[in-house]
Amino acid sequence: MRNRAQIGLLPDGRRLYLHDGPIDLIIQAFGPATQIQAAYRAATQRFVTVLDELCSELTILRQPFRGDGPQPTGVVAKRMAYAVAPYASQTFITPMAAVAGGVAEEILEAMTSAADFARAYVNDGGDIAIHLGPGQQFIVGMVERPDRPSLFGSAILDADQPARGIATSGWRGRSFSLGIADAVTVLADRAAMADAAATIIANAVDLPGHQGITRRRACDLTPDSDLGHRLVTQGVGGLTAHEVATALDAGEIMAYSLLHAGLIRAAALRLQDETRVVGAGREGLEITSNSGSLVNA
Amino acid sequence: MPDDDAIRCDACPVLCYIKPGRAGACDRYANHEGQLVRVDPHVVLDKALSRGSSVVPFLDREHEWDGNIVGSTFVTAIGAGTTYPDYKPAPFIISSEVDGVDMVTVVTEGIFSYCGVKLKIDTDRYLGPEQNVVRAQGEPVGHVTTSEYGSQMLSLGGVRHLTGGSRKEGNVTCDTLLNLCNGKAVELTVDEGASVVVQAGQPPVVDDVREERMRVGCGSATIGMFAKQWFGKVDEVVVVDDHITGVLSEHQAGKLLGVLATGIKMKGRRSTPGRYFQVAEPGTAWGGTNIEDPLSILLPFSRKTAWAGLRLLMVSTTGEQHAYFELDEQLKPVEKQLPDALRESVARIKENCEPALCTVLFMGGAGGSLRAGVTENPVRLTHSVRDALTRVTCGGAPVYIWPGGGITFMVDVSRMPENAFGYVPTPALVAPIEFTLKLDDYKGLGGYVDQVRPLASIMPDEGRRHVSARPENPWPLGPAQPRGSDS
Repeated sequence: MRNRAQIGLLPDGRRLYLHDGPIDLIIQAFGPATQIQAAYRAATQRFVTVLDELCSELTILRQPFRGDGPQPTGVVAKRMAYAVAPYASQTFITPMAAVAGGVAEEILEAMTSAADFARAYVNDGGDIAIHLGPGQQFIVGMVERPDRPSLFGSAILDADQPARGIATSGWRGRSFSLGIADAVTVLADRAAMADAAATIIANAVDLPGHQGITRRRACDLTPDSDLGHRLVTQGVGGLTAHEVATALDAGEIMAYSLLHAGLIRAAALRLQDETRVVGAGREGLEITSNSGSLVNA
Repeated sequence: MPDDDAIRCDACPVLCYIKPGRAGACDRYANHEGQLVRVDPHVVLDKALSRGSSVVPFLDREHEWDGNIVGSTFVTAIGAGTTYPDYKPAPFIISSEVDGVDMVTVVTEGIFSYCGVKLKIDTDRYLGPEQNVVRAQGEPVGHVTTSEYGSQMLSLGGVRHLTGGSRKEGNVTCDTLLNLCNGKAVELTVDEGASVVVQAGQPPVVDDVREERMRVGCGSATIGMFAKQWFGKVDEVVVVDDHITGVLSEHQAGKLLGVLATGIKMKGRRSTPGRYFQVAEPGTAWGGTNIEDPLSILLPFSRKTAWAGLRLLMVSTTGEQHAYFELDEQLKPVEKQLPDALRESVARIKENCEPALCTVLFMGGAGGSLRAGVTENPVRLTHSVRDALTRVTCGGAPVYIWPGGGITFMVDVSRMPENAFGYVPTPALVAPIEFTLKLDDYKGLGGYVDQVRPLASIMPDEGRRHVSARPENPWPLGPAQPRGSDS
């Protein structure tokens, strides 16, 4: 469906913008012009069929993942399944939890296979796949709400460290969340892994049964949601400092368990102006929080 | 998946079922009262592309981009930013170097359910009493604010019309704001007043009459400006103006030149010599009054001071209306053809009146209050966001940030990309908004300077600046300017 996708450069002339259906990608590669051109061409060629591939097995991708169930066959779908598989035995998760990261990963790989450049990112609505050549680095700012344009922290991705994926999840986001985190940002080895882990951790930041939290059945909002009858967060009233700490504690415990399992490299959990950072501090992998002198003190 | 009121979107192969008032997975298509509508919450990027040809000349939308990057444009330095739907919490700001300073840009769209527009309509014609309701399609969408410097000011939208009234009122208000912001013409009516067609950058059309020119000044000012040119060519000049009607022979400018008193008697209330208030009712005729016959504001001339043959010019503040009279033996004004010598001065009044335009300022708020209580020093955080760190632009156009609480900004929609605005069925407007800040400044806030390496040390060959093709707009990532400055 080459005619459906939108392909272009952003006005700065450097970033490639790819759009198809619900997928929006911002891509930038850094390096020699000829290599960037080759990389962008490869990204575009790969991109134009991705949505159709995904939609051809959407039914499977919206089902809870089961190792012994029917497996998706598409390349992107397999990336998604791989990313959610570690969680499937313990909790409800569908491959759709990793769709943005899976797409970002796939496009980035098309670029690195076709060209040689210093570094690049493929940003799928906040879920980002990163390529870093030797000695390269990206600094990523973290924003919880665009209507309050403050960076609550930043993350440094360094070539010496394994993290190549970043993702964020939260109840205000485009996808439904079962938890109340404003934003959970995760660094993981791959973008799809980060995407799935951010979903899991954001779901864990929660205060079950709290009266100030508005929840609705996902299917009442979006009939074909993969979350079905599960209650998704639609509003979070004012919480006491103690409640915020309790909810973040639950998320932090989950984040540490994923960290120890090697599923993530670092995470920043944000709820009502409070930030917790997990796994940061190793050289070349930093997450810092602006209000975080509290955290790091 | 059956669902009574959901509709199926076939815009892409995802084929979402969408419930009323909700959007599909793409956030671009929504179910608005059973209709599939495109709401474009992602519009900033689409619009950035659609205006690509003007901003980035190499991007030709007519032809599918083939992956080639034109060399001359591959020099820009500022590579930070992306987009996401409103409230999408996302870290996606990749900083790179501008003049040795790391910059970050958050490109996003806001959903503005409290927003409004301020209209400046360049006309002296009377649109209606202050505070009266302004309607679109019969629904109240705003009110007449005031009249300032030859322009009529209307305020439309705001939370009370968007969400505080009936559903229809909200939808019509949203529709009106959307059209005005996207540069489309909108017909408005003022209770007990006129109907006016307003379009950004176009002359207003008041009661089916297209306004051409702004008045050069009030009637008194016009006398001051042109007294010398009239002197000797005419005995008396009345510049008809709804606000201050000027009379040459009494006016200080006339006195200084030695213009003879004519004993002219005006209706209305004399303010100071040669300056009259309220010579008639406000209206859409001569000089923003309701008079069609200029003589109706004059009382009879007196034999004590006036004389037969006295030459009288009456002219409006825009020169659009004018009439020339000479007094007959009974001192009755008789209309005559305008002498060539005066024709020039009337033409000059016209020439000095600038084109009458409608300007549309979008007024939005980007949420201001950073909740206190969690950070160590919330005041410093708030101030740094407002004053020092963050530059706000709207579709790349500069904004004026209204001082005080919150981040309330105004932007001239004509400096924004075409069709930059969208809407959601809330009803609320969707507008692009970008926040740009120096990484250095923001580091100064939290003090993590030691942990961030300048990219210059990594990529010394990068860093040439892109120059925006919109010369009237400062480049959003350019050198910092004082807050509130426009260009």
